[in-house]
Amino acid sequence: MSIFYFIAFLSILFAVLVISAKNPVHSILYLILTFFTFTIQYILLNAQFLAIVNFIVYMGAILVLFLYTLMLINLNKDAEPVKSNMLKIAGVLGGGCFLVVIIASLKALGVSQPVVLQNPGLGLVKNLGKVLFNEFLLPFEVSSLLLLSAMVGAVLLATRDKKTTV
Amino acid sequence: MTTTDIIVRLVLITVIFLITLVIAMYSTYAERKVAAFLQDRVGPNRAGPYGILQPLADGAKMFMKEEIIPARSSKFLFIVGPSLAIMTACIGSAVIPWGQTLMIGNYALDLQVTDINVGVLYIFGVVSLGVYGVMIGGWASNNKYSLLGAIRAASQNISYEIAMGLSIIAVLMTTGTLSLREIAAQQHGFWSHGWFTWNVFKQPLAFLIFIVCAFAETNRAPFDLPECETELVGGYHTEYSSMKLGFYLFAEYINMFISSAVMATLFFGGYNFPYMHHLGLSANWVTILGVIALFIKIFCLIFFFMWVRWTLPRFRYDQLMDLGWKALIPLAIANIVITGLVMNFIK
Repeated sequence: MSIFYFIAFLSILFAVLVISAKNPVHSILYLILTFFTFTIQYILLNAQFLAIVNFIVYMGAILVLFLYTLMLINLNKDAEPVKSNMLKIAGVLGGGCFLVVIIASLKALGVSQPVVLQNPGLGLVKNLGKVLFNEFLLPFEVSSLLLLSAMVGAVLLATRDKKTTV
Repeated sequence: MTTTDIIVRLVLITVIFLITLVIAMYSTYAERKVAAFLQDRVGPNRAGPYGILQPLADGAKMFMKEEIIPARSSKFLFIVGPSLAIMTACIGSAVIPWGQTLMIGNYALDLQVTDINVGVLYIFGVVSLGVYGVMIGGWASNNKYSLLGAIRAASQNISYEIAMGLSIIAVLMTTGTLSLREIAAQQHGFWSHGWFTWNVFKQPLAFLIFIVCAFAETNRAPFDLPECETELVGGYHTEYSSMKLGFYLFAEYINMFISSAVMATLFFGGYNFPYMHHLGLSANWVTILGVIALFIKIFCLIFFFMWVRWTLPRFRYDQLMDLGWKALIPLAIANIVITGLVMNFIK
């Protein structure tokens, strides 16, 4: 349990550093560390497959793309657009509302009763695959269709002006 | 886990780490000798007999060189870059089965650091993490050439990871497990039920795609665009000197060794060799011969890496992307479909 609290503390620390870091590349690096602490949490829950997939997909692919994009665009202090005060107030209000919603939902959930894992081997590949392809087959296939359509859309957007460039 | 277990594990990790470093060291020597052989030269022959002490001389030179950290660079990240590159290169060896079980007295020693049941995915995780060393180092150098090299490395690694993952899915469909130890055990011997047991004979297309992707992931020629010296000076390590440069170069050779070990395990039967149980030897001797067989396979694959490097010219960047996205990924998907159909009809 103490390992859990230590890792949870690290997650929150790195998450705070993500938004407080001045340099956008540094904040992506902190985000990578945050995701790494999530991977450790999954391992502590004996969910090896989720842990390694989180590792490959988030740390290995998505954040590499984030870093890639941030390195390409020049993020200088002077190039940064100055935001008006109205926008800042709207942002604070929006964020506050979101916080209230999250706290309310956490209270409604009653997290004081810890969830006891029925089957400690639930997160292993074998069991996960059986559940995913039997019980949750339809949602699984629908979500993969959703991803496919998003992919086709992205390819369409990228090749829109094919005639002009050749 | 008892105290003996922990001590044995620590010893095993240390031994594997040392072997990895020695092999990486002598890969640099082998690379120069192979290049010399292919170009009809002599190669390094001054330090010791046949130049056998050349890697030590190179190492000493690397340590003696002046260390330069460019002004206006991010100093911490500049040091983190090469450290991360060499660390991610080394941790990949943890799940590779180097041999069967060795019996020492009553103690059964598995020649593998850990057998996690998602071993193949662990390798992928480590591979995908490897690009961070290059990216962080290239960005922290505060140099346009380095940045271009880092960006090339990132896009190349992400593109070829997809084809690599898809090619391995076809193999996993036939093996039915993600544990590297079980995959190696399934390829026992060389011949059974009227066909070869090694996966390279069951999934030749997957092996072809995998080895092309392995070249791209380790940034080896003909895919060494991140450090393409004709366009980018030195790519991501333009600003590096001394042992920090040494770490980057070393990481490349360790990556080559680990990916050869992974390929030998996945496709060439790992520690298995023909007639292994018809020789009439005791189990321990078979295990030791198996370890030697695995290393011979690894050395052959490393030689293949070097052979290709000194034979093929470098790809152009758009050719690289075309090959990855328009040739390898569709081929890998077709391979999955064919494997599925064959498994369904032959069963």
